[in-house]
Amino acid sequence: MKALMSGNEAIARGAYEYGVTFASAYPGTPSTEITEEFSKYDGVYAEWSPNEKVALEVSIGAAIAGTKSMAVMKHVGVNVAADPLFTVSYTGTNGGLVIITADDPSLHSSQNEQDNRNYARFAKIPMIEPADSQEAKEYIKLAFQISETFDTPVFLRSTTRVSHSKSVVNLDEPSPRKDTTEIRHNRDKYVMVPAKARLRRVEVEKRMEKLKEFAETFPENRIELNNTDVGIITAGMCYNYAKDAFPDYSYLKLGMVNPLPVKLIREFAAKVKKLYVVEELDPFIEDQVRALGIDVVGKEIFPYTNEFDPGVIEASMTGGSPDTAVELPIPIPIRPPNLCPGCPHRGLFYVLGKMNAFVSGDIGCYTLSFMKPLEGIDSCVCMGASIGMAHGMSKALGKKGKGKVIAVIGDSTFIHSGITPLLNTVYNRSDVVTVICDNRTTAMTGMQEHPATGSTLQGQATKALDFVSLGKALGVESVHVVNPLDLEATRGVMKEELAKEGPSLVISQSPCALLRSKTIDEIVPLTVDPHVCTGCKVCLRLGCPAISWKRFEDLGDLKIEKKTKKQDGIAVIDASLCNGCTVCAQVCKFDSIREVQ
Amino acid sequence: MSSSTQSILLAGVGGQGILRASDILSLALMEAGFDAKKSEVHGMAQRGGCVTSHVRYGTKVYSPIAKKRDINILLSFEIMETLRYLDYLKPGGRVILNVAEIYPPAVNLGEARYPSDVIAMVKNHVNNVKIVNASELADKAGNSRTANIVLLGALSSLVTEINADCWERVLRSSFPKKVVKANLAAFELGRNP
Repeated sequence: MKALMSGNEAIARGAYEYGVTFASAYPGTPSTEITEEFSKYDGVYAEWSPNEKVALEVSIGAAIAGTKSMAVMKHVGVNVAADPLFTVSYTGTNGGLVIITADDPSLHSSQNEQDNRNYARFAKIPMIEPADSQEAKEYIKLAFQISETFDTPVFLRSTTRVSHSKSVVNLDEPSPRKDTTEIRHNRDKYVMVPAKARLRRVEVEKRMEKLKEFAETFPENRIELNNTDVGIITAGMCYNYAKDAFPDYSYLKLGMVNPLPVKLIREFAAKVKKLYVVEELDPFIEDQVRALGIDVVGKEIFPYTNEFDPGVIEASMTGGSPDTAVELPIPIPIRPPNLCPGCPHRGLFYVLGKMNAFVSGDIGCYTLSFMKPLEGIDSCVCMGASIGMAHGMSKALGKKGKGKVIAVIGDSTFIHSGITPLLNTVYNRSDVVTVICDNRTTAMTGMQEHPATGSTLQGQATKALDFVSLGKALGVESVHVVNPLDLEATRGVMKEELAKEGPSLVISQSPCALLRSKTIDEIVPLTVDPHVCTGCKVCLRLGCPAISWKRFEDLGDLKIEKKTKKQDGIAVIDASLCNGCTVCAQVCKFDSIREVQ
Repeated sequence: MSSSTQSILLAGVGGQGILRASDILSLALMEAGFDAKKSEVHGMAQRGGCVTSHVRYGTKVYSPIAKKRDINILLSFEIMETLRYLDYLKPGGRVILNVAEIYPPAVNLGEARYPSDVIAMVKNHVNNVKIVNASELADKAGNSRTANIVLLGALSSLVTEINADCWERVLRSSFPKKVVKANLAAFELGRNP
């Protein structure tokens, strides 16, 4: 049977067909759907772990117990999981263990563009890389086979375009499941104290030697001989881009990017007149090919940054210009992503933006509030960085920073990596006010459950983490819950907390607008009374997509009396977008915004 | 170059049902016997930002995204967004544009003007432009949320490789029962207005 599947759906399907029964992950674009789709198959266990480090450790445990398990994360998630990663390379696994890293060239939804192929070399772990959905489905099986054969964790690397493109996949029946789990003691292998780790270290090198031999005959490392004037070494989605641009050249398509098949590369290089390496981001293959003494063209013509497409490859190889701009008489206004209408972050960041403080931000939808008009966030580095950075800043500033340093972090992000830095503000005593933007879900990646929502990935009711009790248990003396859709209350609590000595915790709690529209019975949208609106534009400073500015001349037949000499228009609310959060009505000094009657 | 591969670009604003429409289009192409690939970006871009979806089909498709100047048909869900992707069109490429206007933040703030003569600008560069009022036709179909399927219907009249039966089969399988009728009506209104 054929199906149209995204790379992520295909990875989940392939894992299911191969008999994988265990997955642990933390959501992160572009990896999220792998675990979501996998969790829906019969007879599997899948969980959202609090972060990627925990997710990998969970999968390591499951693999040692004998299951086939996979830990799934985005590229920066592997940074979080790096600690167990480097040592599970030593211990090896019992059942199969695959780590899926979904990289994001072009930073479509990420804070950096790191090339995680480097982790494979660094941690001495084999890595395979599919180029489309059919390969994604097959490669996850190959990854497990390699893991089981060589007693090693295996990386499967995807990129945004593999994960989120859809293509035709042939479905197979799942293989029969066997329970292979049992407790096996093997302290020589799993207790990584120096005496034992030194011995495993040697095993790692032996394993890499065997894998190098394996790579030479691995069928997914294949030569496609055609016009031999030009030979292209490539892997993953870049293979498709290059084939699209230059279908007649010869190719060495690498299904395995670590370790590389040295003999095969030499064989291919000897057959072609001019050799190119086509790869996004780092010259990972190129540098290794050069180190073999082979003459190759790479990053001197191809960009280091951003994802490729057939046009980029064509332009680089022919020396042409990819610039094809169509000239227009006017500039087109940009359309950046924005907080949704009714988003509870809007109220909070409207208030914080007026506090004259440094707002140390974090990773989530609320990061979008750095833009005009809210301009409510001053930094964003990585998951959990908000609190640690705010603490450091508060300590460095001393008295100058009193009442002027705020950390903001989402509920899921706080659980991911905000608990220890919050403890640090207590232990090392700073005046940071930490705000958890608690919208009751992992919103940015598409509404995943987390330990404070009361439900698991597979829909089981569970204990919900209570942020107030947690804050108090960590030693934060001043803990408050506030509704960010109530601007007066939010402003009041923030002012009070900023004035206090020592760390405090504010839980800004209101469900994500997308949850709210599902859970409340009736949304009453608001409207602007055009005869009361004075055109002061204060409501526009909320940056709500439902509120727009209409000049008088664009209002058609509607005749409005000017309230001030300067007034040249009115604010208008699109009732089909408004979800009735009332924040705009609260900022209107003239009481012109009311419920639609 | 892989000249047999055809490319369609769907473009608009997050929330307009672009990804749903491109899913249905790709499924119909697969059902019609083509190799089909589609690509888009999820996540941050969805929050009211620009959304594009590339759909490519032929006997063998490699890249799921088209290069610039390689799009046969641009299906634009929002009038101004049409301008952003004109440089993707092949010479002789066609445009279907929906007259819906969605203001970006700078326009809402009064810091930028929404262009007023988009259709003239598009026609200046493209000979074959089809204009659709999708929300009006969606209302006529009985469900204001079917505007994306109206546009898919308009597109279907240009993608002659897929027959009406195939479209209907795929549409029926793509929606819950209670909204199938409205979506079929919306598709038909787009196809034969």
